[in-house]
Amino acid sequence: MWKWLHPYAKAQTSYELAGKLIPWFTVVCCISFAVGLVWGLAFAPADYQQGDSFRIIYIHVPAAILSMGAYTSMAVAAFIGLVWQIRLSDMAVAAMAPVGAVFTFIALFTGAAWGKPMWGAWWVWDARLTSELILLFLYLGVIALYNAFSDKVLAGRAAGILTLVGVINIPIIHYSVEWWNTLHQGASITKFDKPSIALSMLWPLLIMLLAFATFFGALMLMRFRNEILQRESHRPWVKALVMGGK
Amino acid sequence: MLNAFYQVMRRELLTAFRRIADVFNPLWFFIIVITLFPLGVGPEPQLLLRIAPGIIWVAALLASLLSLERLFKDDFSDGGLEQLMLSPYPLSLLVTAKIIAHWLLTGLPIILISPLIAVLLSLDLNTYWAVLFTLLIGTPILSFIGAIGVALTVGLRKGGVILSLIMLPLCIPVLIFSTMAIDAANFGQSYIGALAIMGAMLVTAITLAPFAVAASLRVSVS
Repeated sequence: MWKWLHPYAKAQTSYELAGKLIPWFTVVCCISFAVGLVWGLAFAPADYQQGDSFRIIYIHVPAAILSMGAYTSMAVAAFIGLVWQIRLSDMAVAAMAPVGAVFTFIALFTGAAWGKPMWGAWWVWDARLTSELILLFLYLGVIALYNAFSDKVLAGRAAGILTLVGVINIPIIHYSVEWWNTLHQGASITKFDKPSIALSMLWPLLIMLLAFATFFGALMLMRFRNEILQRESHRPWVKALVMGGK
Repeated sequence: MLNAFYQVMRRELLTAFRRIADVFNPLWFFIIVITLFPLGVGPEPQLLLRIAPGIIWVAALLASLLSLERLFKDDFSDGGLEQLMLSPYPLSLLVTAKIIAHWLLTGLPIILISPLIAVLLSLDLNTYWAVLFTLLIGTPILSFIGAIGVALTVGLRKGGVILSLIMLPLCIPVLIFSTMAIDAANFGQSYIGALAIMGAMLVTAITLAPFAVAASLRVSVS
């Protein structure tokens, strides 16, 4: 059943697949970014309470969702790397970590910019904000641990274990607004049967979500390709690729 | 199997008692950090009572961080860790013994001197009980989580900073719920809920952390 996956355990095949996928991700990302941003910032109706300043949602929410999504995919990759001993998986973890960290930072930063006019404070120590901050620390820990090892094979495995240990934070962030009474508002779009957001606002948000997801995918694949090239630099195919000027 | 567990624990305690200063140093550190706060923020009992949970727990966290390195460091450099890995018993079981021994040497002394802290920070009896219970449940969690961090960084030359970078974020939930419990006790409310969540964390840590520690050690030693 999983046989079709086996060729991709070879670095060269994965490298080429990533190269083929990048243009698709980039095109979808550019289109949806343009459509989503213009729709969301210019045409979506203003919020009846928050006025125009709610529009930062189109950056904040996708970045926050992707910050958790990136960590979850890192954890999945780390699990695969640990259980089936697939080196490429560890490389994927290393490729995703800095991108996820930046997304987390964007979510925190836009959240602070949103919080200032709405709550009257840049920062409050509320459950969701705190756990998102912990997520940023976890990312930084994974990156620091990865960089601390000089042997990158060991580094990948160690970072993978740490990723798996930290994954316990993800459900805490996700449910923090339901478990604790917080200042941060509850989920608006995950309740698909009856979303608590108007459709005219929801559509641009979903498009922006697609934009961020493909943005993450494209960046991650580029980093993944670099990671493969760096680690496999002693292999003949990498040498041929570099010498061929391709 | 139980015998191996017992032997590892006994060996840990024996080596620690041969160099008893290593046991006391983190304890002095804990007391000194706690003394710094009344000197730094002012000695008013009301103020101290308000910030006591934070002080106690941050100090306990730092003290456990300080003592963590000796958990695997010596065994790593003298090859004892490889012997443990070669033994026919599961590594996760043996590291559990080491972690428990480590808690007996670092967590338990903190709990034993906690009455002294209560006097220093002018806690009332009800708050002191909360401090005692949170330390009793919380410090083993710190040992178990910290063991993962040490196991990951033991092979590194400058592992200390990395250790604190990766361990402290993982310990934040313990800090949150323990201070929540002490705060509740401070205001005369029931703190059973926070304690129960910490208990759940402890059970999770005891069951899952040894596997993570064993996997990390295999990475570090290879």
